[in-house]
Amino acid sequence: MSELKYSEDHEWLRVDDDTTVTIGITDFAQKQLGDVVYVELPEIGQEVTKDEDIAVVESVKAASDIKAPISGTVLKINSLLSDEPEKVNTDPTGEGWFMKMKLDDAEEVDQLMDEAGYTAFIGELS
Amino acid sequence: MSISELKRTPLYALHIEQNAQMVPFAGYEMPVQYSMGLKQEHLHTRNHAGLFDISHMGQIKLSGESVAQFLESLVPNRIQDLSHNAQRYTVFTNEQGGIIDDLMVTNAGDHFFIVINAACKENDIKTMQNRLPDNCGLEELTNVALLALQGPEASSVMQRFCPQATELAFMTGGEFTVNGAHCFINRCGYTGEDGFEISIPAEHAENLARNFLDEYEVAFIGLGARDSLRLEAGYCLYGHDIDETTSPIEANLNWVISKSRLNDEPQSYPGIETIRQQSQQGTERLRVGLLSDGKAPIREGESILNEQEENIGTITSGGFSPSVEKPVAMGYINKQYASVGTQVIVKVRDRIQHVKVVALPFVEHRYYKRRT
Repeated sequence: MSELKYSEDHEWLRVDDDTTVTIGITDFAQKQLGDVVYVELPEIGQEVTKDEDIAVVESVKAASDIKAPISGTVLKINSLLSDEPEKVNTDPTGEGWFMKMKLDDAEEVDQLMDEAGYTAFIGELS
Repeated sequence: MSISELKRTPLYALHIEQNAQMVPFAGYEMPVQYSMGLKQEHLHTRNHAGLFDISHMGQIKLSGESVAQFLESLVPNRIQDLSHNAQRYTVFTNEQGGIIDDLMVTNAGDHFFIVINAACKENDIKTMQNRLPDNCGLEELTNVALLALQGPEASSVMQRFCPQATELAFMTGGEFTVNGAHCFINRCGYTGEDGFEISIPAEHAENLARNFLDEYEVAFIGLGARDSLRLEAGYCLYGHDIDETTSPIEANLNWVISKSRLNDEPQSYPGIETIRQQSQQGTERLRVGLLSDGKAPIREGESILNEQEENIGTITSGGFSPSVEKPVAMGYINKQYASVGTQVIVKVRDRIQHVKVVALPFVEHRYYKRRT
């Protein structure tokens, strides 16, 4: 399992192999959102561009748009979240994953932050 | 409004100590949630006891010879028949029959104790003062806090601090000494649960709050859960579900309207003509409860549609209900769609949600009923 990459919009991304990645939201993000009650995920096969809204997370507080951290095609969505949206809170980088995507451009992954970079980034926010 | 202009309640320091997330609300810096989080705070109140700081609300003492008659001239229910210690929910109306504010009134014997919404305080006081007879006095209680202790275990907690207060019936109140402090306690609340609202001098408030929080049943609860609890209980939130453009009849608050006053009583109140007419002929729209079959929360401001996707109403409050575990909402809907069981549609981000008109409340009220 490779290390996680992070976007400034608080998504994490794990490179599964040369062409596919898994995407979710970070522990920091789930804490900010509060108890997640509903996750609206994209359609399988949907083509998305980096920074496009691809999902919506509804917490008890409000709805938040989730932006695509990279460009690509949606291969798979986490159907578990439909019945257990709270997995986003309890296991954001594990069972709370959102979707798997086929990468358009592997270089976009390199532009994301690594763990140390993201830790510093959220340190500046708080 | 910048954060420096916001007012603080006597419990501000305690909120900070308890890791509250503070937000601006009605001109005050208020706790929206604590570390437990909204959902757990909500469920804790339904299962045990929650302590709420509601000191931002206005507390008013009205006194004088004709005070009951005076209050009755501003509201659609009767006040003059309110017996000593009895409490009543009512609304201030405007000349169009709209609601200026909703309030709680208790007959405290030598005065009436009323609690009004924080955001409406100034306007309510002006409304009352403009019409106040010479033989009556209005005093805004400013050096007091207001604590709400709510939940099925609220009474057993209160028993340890002020056993006499646990003998109050629902919607009654009186003066009690708690921890050496002179308090006015009503048995009422905004959650649908049994509970108390305690008006306490500011200098004693933090001490009593700490004592409550030391009890194993009690947790501090923020405004976030207060909102989801009141929504499940079917209560209106002023400025959302009711305002100056909604009449008590449209708001389905018929129980605040005295029929005898509409028919033959001599004393009028603002908007009585409109309310009389609406009471006889009905209104175009009504406030209803809405329960979704889907999972996406329905929020304030969304349109309500019929099956032909024509606009038939608006959502005024909505969210995910932690107790029902479904999205619940309230809104105004055209009369022909207002009966319980009617299927309607709300679009959330262009996706159709099938929603049903249901009877309020969403969660059964569990007020204390005194054994006789």
